[in-house]
Amino acid sequence: MGTLTRAVGQAHARLDGPDKVRGAARYSVEYPVENVAYAWPVPSTVVKGRITRVDTRAALAEPGVLAVLSYENAPRLTPAGDPELFVLQEPAVAYRGQIVALAVAGSLEAAREAAGLVRLEYDTWPHDTVLTENHPGLYQPSHVNPSLPTDTEIGNFDAGYAAAPVRVDATYRTPAEHNNPMEPHASTVQWQGDRLVVHDANQGPGQVQAGLATLFGLPPERVRVITEHVGGGFGCKTMRCCVVLAALAARHVDRPVRLALTRQQMFGVVGYRTPTIQRIRLGADPTGRLTASCHDAISQSSMLKEFAEQTAVYGRPLYAAPHRRTTHRLARLDVPSPAWMRAPGQCPGSFAVESAMDELAVTCGVDPVELRIRNEPATDPEEGTPYSSRNLVACLREGAHRFGWADRDRTPAVRRAGRCLLGTGVAGSIYPARSLVSSASAYAGPDGAFLVQINAVDIGTGARTALWQIAADELGVPPDRVMIRVGDTGLPEASLAGGSTGTASWGWAVAKVCREIRVQIDDVHGGSVPAGGVHAQVDTTADIQAQQTFSRYAFGAQFAEVRVDVDTGEVRVDRLLGVFAAGRIVNALTARSQLIGGMTMGMSMALLEEGLWDPRSGDWANHDLATYHVAGCADIEQIEAYWLDEDDPHLNPAGVKGIGEIGIVGTAAAITNAVYHATGVRVRDLPVRLDRLLGHRA
Amino acid sequence: MRAFRYHRPRDIAEAVAVVAAEPDATYLGGGTNLVDLMKLGVARPGLLVDVTRLPLDTIGTLPDGGLRIGATVRNSDLAADLTVRRDFPMLARALLAGASGQLRNMATVGGNLLQRTRCLYFQDVTKPCNKREPGAGCAAREGQHRDLAILGTSDACVATHPSDLAVALAALDAVVEVQEPAGPRDIPLAELLRLPGDEPDRETTMVRGGLVTAVRVPPLPYARVSTYRKARDRASFAFAAGSVAAAVGLDDGTVRDVRLAFGAVAHRPWRAYVAEDALRGQPATPESFGRAADAELAAAQPLRDNGFKVPLVRNLTVATLTDLVDSHRRAAAWVP
Ligand SMILES: Cc1cc2nc3c(=O)[nH]c(=O)nc-3n(C[C@H](O)[C@H](O)[C@H](O)COP(=O)(O)OP(=O)(O)OC[C@H]3O[C@@H](n4cnc5c(N)ncnc54)[C@H](O)[C@@H]3O)c2cc1C
Ligand code: SF4
Repeated sequence: MGTLTRAVGQAHARLDGPDKVRGAARYSVEYPVENVAYAWPVPSTVVKGRITRVDTRAALAEPGVLAVLSYENAPRLTPAGDPELFVLQEPAVAYRGQIVALAVAGSLEAAREAAGLVRLEYDTWPHDTVLTENHPGLYQPSHVNPSLPTDTEIGNFDAGYAAAPVRVDATYRTPAEHNNPMEPHASTVQWQGDRLVVHDANQGPGQVQAGLATLFGLPPERVRVITEHVGGGFGCKTMRCCVVLAALAARHVDRPVRLALTRQQMFGVVGYRTPTIQRIRLGADPTGRLTASCHDAISQSSMLKEFAEQTAVYGRPLYAAPHRRTTHRLARLDVPSPAWMRAPGQCPGSFAVESAMDELAVTCGVDPVELRIRNEPATDPEEGTPYSSRNLVACLREGAHRFGWADRDRTPAVRRAGRCLLGTGVAGSIYPARSLVSSASAYAGPDGAFLVQINAVDIGTGARTALWQIAADELGVPPDRVMIRVGDTGLPEASLAGGSTGTASWGWAVAKVCREIRVQIDDVHGGSVPAGGVHAQVDTTADIQAQQTFSRYAFGAQFAEVRVDVDTGEVRVDRLLGVFAAGRIVNALTARSQLIGGMTMGMSMALLEEGLWDPRSGDWANHDLATYHVAGCADIEQIEAYWLDEDDPHLNPAGVKGIGEIGIVGTAAAITNAVYHATGVRVRDLPVRLDRLLGHRA
Repeated sequence: MRAFRYHRPRDIAEAVAVVAAEPDATYLGGGTNLVDLMKLGVARPGLLVDVTRLPLDTIGTLPDGGLRIGATVRNSDLAADLTVRRDFPMLARALLAGASGQLRNMATVGGNLLQRTRCLYFQDVTKPCNKREPGAGCAAREGQHRDLAILGTSDACVATHPSDLAVALAALDAVVEVQEPAGPRDIPLAELLRLPGDEPDRETTMVRGGLVTAVRVPPLPYARVSTYRKARDRASFAFAAGSVAAAVGLDDGTVRDVRLAFGAVAHRPWRAYVAEDALRGQPATPESFGRAADAELAAAQPLRDNGFKVPLVRNLTVATLTDLVDSHRRAAAWVP
């Protein structure tokens, strides 16, 4: 076995790839189920109010319609923490788009038609839906997501800033952004006696199991959630109302029920990234060394629940400055509940901080790569703890080298190609590296095959393939002898797919259980698997509790080259290049996809994505992919992602930091910094949009 | 979604008779716009009369050198046609600037011309819209209207016509052949689509039941050097923020004749007659192009958030015409 090539680090194609290409991979509403009925939600058309009458006569008269559910007749639920899951229980309406009724029919078309025929009457009240920096309702939440301090202060920012010879004070805005995975939220639900069997698109089957168990008053073991394939999540597929609605309908009509949200409905009920208003103040000496920094972030949440985006945490562990402050303020508005979206907090926060760093570089006349290097701290500037590893500077240097940054002329608005202005920009990038508790089991068969099982979920990232590679190496066998099963609550419990923790957390449990199997085979059974096979199950609670205190982060540097048409203001990205230091890279192929996927989404955020709010109707004005634009292939000429070999012993057995989110962090700022370099126009409100550059002709 | 019946007519006469006889019947082309609107509840036909099997799918050359394009020719096929590409490049470019490959494979010429506005509120049956429901009010005027019209608007409606193809056809003086219940009729493209006025729900000058059977493009030799330029935030698969279809005929350095039409600025493709008149006989310079565009755009009445379309279309006009003048020069200097 000494000559075995390690599977970790190889570019293995995804195990689920061939099935997906052939259309054989089943998504949640594609499982054949006999006698299935279809449910179609009815969103509220008022913003703030109370249902006074539900008239279902016309809907029920439609051929094929089985039922219309509303708060009046839906099965009762037990609250499960998140008010967004407590659907069809009360007449109150907290935002427009909230689901207020559900039509169920024998066909999808009949359900859809019936949903449109449900007549609801409401009492309504005036609504307040627009976030402003001086909104009277702004308050200081007790903590920000997931459980971080709301405000921090080290030293004395006010004094430090007042004394600084160079200052930058700027306000940046990001609009509401919507996750929009390809596959919508979708569920097929069957009650089998008092057991609930659910095929559901989500980022945590265990979370959905627990949620349904509480809502329906069942012991968790009577709820089985199967999540074999998921067409993307980006944060919005933590548990949502879709599966609850399907389960309510299935119980009510006593038939299996399918429900897939439409794109339009998703804009209302699956969460979105809150708009942010961020003021950054930086104080520095004339060489660009920071003496004071302050990040004040404002965001919104709904009346239903507090969701406090952790926008200002981005800079806490990043650049050195003796005097520093961060604050978060929140306004609760009559709007849909915001939720997790790829790199929550870090992503919008990085736009503001990395833009301000660029503005400081311009003010000081210092190269922006060099400026960041000058502000490199020795230890975490807020926690005082050492970094488990920190390679921001290495990423910046490697990126600058690969990008050809060295002889960049800093003067803005002087490079032309035909009718276009050209520019380049850079931004730093940081994302926490965390591991969560998980368990896994493994079985070694006498035939030399191994089965590893964990209720992890592969939302299209390649997670199952990475775990399979880790397992093969730990078992010391070629990967084709290992089978991996994920995405089923019948398997050992694991953490959800979020916060870039998947491979770090699940990989830990998988590595541990495989080592355990190896020990049993080698030490207990003398090197060969007995006829009955060998079985083991582990969990990582104790290991994670025993972790030493470190600041654990992945770092990156992003470089962008843009072209701005002087006639139209159109911005096109000629090149994006990212270099990341994210621990060990398990699979070069899927890692590259994650990184360039994140960078593409960051570019999309910079140039295109914008939930257009209509204050009069209290609703999104755009709510489909024809009007909410995400970047396509034609939007980028060249995109490159590289990583540094990083061997960080303080992480987890797989040595990984997580790569799902770091790719989107900093990208938008790299692009707007490049737009500034191209045109001399500093865009502080995203997305850039051609009209924001038109009229600034060079 | 309302249940509907589907009918495949044997010939044009039957198609027109069936639609004229049933108040909630409508023609189905590629369905790329109509079926979406049916799902959204914006269109609720009870009967679809599928015109795509009618013998209207050919592109022919007319004796005078013009083109006759059947109404069911797919957008992709029209864009790939060699005569179109050689004689009317602006047409091919307008088509290829629109939608996506998959949609262009489905979309027909007739359907493209008669596609409905992309106004956000028109497509959402829970919001007021005079076009969908006369008298209901217009949510766009005070709402999100960055993409909407600056020219020829009315109090009732500020929507734009979304087609790229129609802009190029308007510039080329295309004539639409329609079959109405009373018989066939030719309608200049520029007159087929209406401005909104007080009746934004009435979009064409055809009588109900009218079927587009073909589009004729008259010959225009100088259109061999012509183009369509579309500005948009996303590089592909996005409707225009503003667009220009242009061809210019030169005598030495002077504009002998010019064709200019703007897209995404009005309820129909906007033929820039004022600018054309202002340019004839003028030197073919960026200065005259700019002055002509200003003259045309003097009538613009932008809304709160779409004023950028005025400089955008002006710049597009100047840049496009300047490019065409360069192309003519290069073509003249070219010795095989
Ligand atoms: C996401 C998206 C992006 C798009 N982007 C663009 C773009 O950038 N530029 C652009 O120009 N277009 C764009 N389109 C629109 C597309 O070009 C139109 O949907 C298409 O051209 C319509 O043609 P169709 O044959 O599918 O029409 P259908 O949907 O079948 O019909 C449209 C309308 O025309 C009527 N009709 C059809 N044929 C006839 C006929 N022969 N006589 C009388 N009435 C008829 C129908 O009754 C219906 O009212 C986009 C569409 C989508 C969905
Ligand atoms: S602009 Fe026209 S289409 Fe749009 S909401 Fe107003 S009336 Fe309706």
